[in-house]
Amino acid sequence: MDRKNPIRVLLAKPGLDGHDLGVKMVALTLKDAGMEVIYLGMRQTPDNIVRAAIQEDVDIIGLSNLSASLVPMGQAVMQRLQAEKIEIPVLYGGIILKPDREKLLAAGISETFGPGTMMADIIAAIERLVPADKRL
Amino acid sequence: MYTKADLERIAAKRQAWESGTLAKMPPRQSTFSTVSGIPIKDIYTPEDVSGVDFLDDLGFPGEYPFTRGAYAPMNRGRPWTVRQVVGVGTARETNERHKFVMKEGQTGMSNDFDVPTCIGMDSDHPLAAGEVGRVGVAIDSLADMEALYDGISLEKANHSFTINHPTPAILGMFVALAEKQGAALEKISGTTQNDPLKECFAMKMFSFPPRASVKLMMDTWEFAAQHLPKWNITNLNGYPTRDSGGTAWHELGLTFASAIEYFDEADKRGLQIDAIAPQISIMWYVHIDFLEEIAKFRAVRRIWAKLLKERYGAKNPKSWKIRMHAQTGGGVYTYQQPENNIVRGTIGGMAAALGGVQSMAIACFDEALSIPSEKAHRLSIRTQQIIRHESGIADVVDPFAGSYFMEWLTNEIEERTWKVMEDVAGKGGMTRCVESGYVDRMLTQEAYKTSCAIESQEKIVVGVNAYVSEAAEEEPEVFRVSSETEQTQLASLRRLKKERSNPAVRKALDALRNAAEANDNVMPMCVAAAKVYATEGEILDALRSVYGEFKPADVV
Repeated sequence: MDRKNPIRVLLAKPGLDGHDLGVKMVALTLKDAGMEVIYLGMRQTPDNIVRAAIQEDVDIIGLSNLSASLVPMGQAVMQRLQAEKIEIPVLYGGIILKPDREKLLAAGISETFGPGTMMADIIAAIERLVPADKRL
Repeated sequence: MYTKADLERIAAKRQAWESGTLAKMPPRQSTFSTVSGIPIKDIYTPEDVSGVDFLDDLGFPGEYPFTRGAYAPMNRGRPWTVRQVVGVGTARETNERHKFVMKEGQTGMSNDFDVPTCIGMDSDHPLAAGEVGRVGVAIDSLADMEALYDGISLEKANHSFTINHPTPAILGMFVALAEKQGAALEKISGTTQNDPLKECFAMKMFSFPPRASVKLMMDTWEFAAQHLPKWNITNLNGYPTRDSGGTAWHELGLTFASAIEYFDEADKRGLQIDAIAPQISIMWYVHIDFLEEIAKFRAVRRIWAKLLKERYGAKNPKSWKIRMHAQTGGGVYTYQQPENNIVRGTIGGMAAALGGVQSMAIACFDEALSIPSEKAHRLSIRTQQIIRHESGIADVVDPFAGSYFMEWLTNEIEERTWKVMEDVAGKGGMTRCVESGYVDRMLTQEAYKTSCAIESQEKIVVGVNAYVSEAAEEEPEVFRVSSETEQTQLASLRRLKKERSNPAVRKALDALRNAAEANDNVMPMCVAAAKVYATEGEILDALRSVYGEFKPADVV
């Protein structure tokens, strides 16, 4: 990774889900891997998330949601991004079963991560989705 | 129990064994520790428990310090209650589920609510979309409470509500229902979880700021003291603290530190410790470390007994004994190879039974995927029945007592727990430590250690970072609440808002707001508002307009 231009990651929990352990572990892991992490916190609306992504000029967005609103919230965030014509890759972590994964990928989510995901796989996906020359 | 000369002889023999017999066979790894991280030696001997006094530190079950059990005969008398969690969809669907599990032999029941209800939001709140009735029952108003209890006599059944910040509203509805049924309040038994601080730092289904949440809790305590003598108004809950990454001693220490905050506030309200403490019970997590969990449950009883007798000067022996519910940990379960969770649940259930809990739930094996299917539900109940009737565990009291390792580990967990409590007290008490994010940061750091250990395979999780199935795993069948549930609930909420007397609701909510502003006990006004079918969200909004909303501190 280019140390001068660390990858900027926005992490957020859309909806009401309170299971924030996973996203905090991802935040700490990405920081230790040299990335800049902005964690918005929980109970975020899709609007909040997209606004923060613009203001913070991030390279990638990571969403976490372990509750039932997983799919509708993911779709809503993607719709807001597309309405703003913003092309930032979005990752989604949570209890994502196969049919949910298909719906999320169809909505434009770049990659999903289910329970028991190894952190190394998340880092690898970020490095693949954010090419070195695109990093600001 | 051993003389100095005995111990010296044992020490000499042990050293010889270590450098002789043991040294010939090197261990498979350089260090060993419990799942919480307590370093463990090869073996334990009388040297490790030389300070243990049988009568003072262990004694007999049902007697101070209760290390061996809360009641004299323990499972030989009344075995633990099978209390699996129920809560799904609309109140009507949950009502049917309740009747199903009663038929299967369950003797106590718990109601879990959906996320909007737990947070204090109505089903029609914009952020509630997609969440209504998904992980528990949706209760918007007294009308839902009426459907939940249809055909179930309040006086005969024992019901428990997993509700925290919205307790004034939910308890208000329950009391309103009891009065409508013509049930005598003094005969009704049940439990509300009502442990608000841990919502702010662990469970994260908070509504009010920590200090306000404790004020409202005290309102419910006062109300219960006056009107609900058989109601367990608070069931402390250490489960989410453990599930948020805490060790066994964080689970215990932070739960007890919360209890200290509550008791001190209750004292300011003039509530006597001996009127409160006998009604308190605690729910714990059961982690996968079998021996550590047994030691933990034993330590809990001894710490509680000392805390209540020595710090609070409780005179009633019932205040000194803590009754416990345990649930096998959801975080221990894996999404991969879900049938393995049946085994994990069995290990946890055995640890809880050996640790002497009064009731337990074995998480259903599909818990990492969704709320339980009926098959998974039945398996959890059957697991408990097998432990009780077939394993022999229920036939003797505290069989691990006297084990050098078990007594040493019990002491170790107790000591580490007191240290957590002292640390929190030194930083201004639990409410302050929750406001500042200190507690949240503490748990996050512990969780990160575990996360890194799993990542590096220093810690093995079967099916996840080792023994992974080569073949693509079939996704098991999961039980999903139909999306019609949400529509049904929204329709009935719309109907309610049209059919009830809205002027009466407005009047009741104004009275509630005034009571909150005057710093009065809000409970009577909550009951009054519930009776005229004010919704949970409306009641909580009235309270939030006075007390504000919690915004957690930044911790990563």
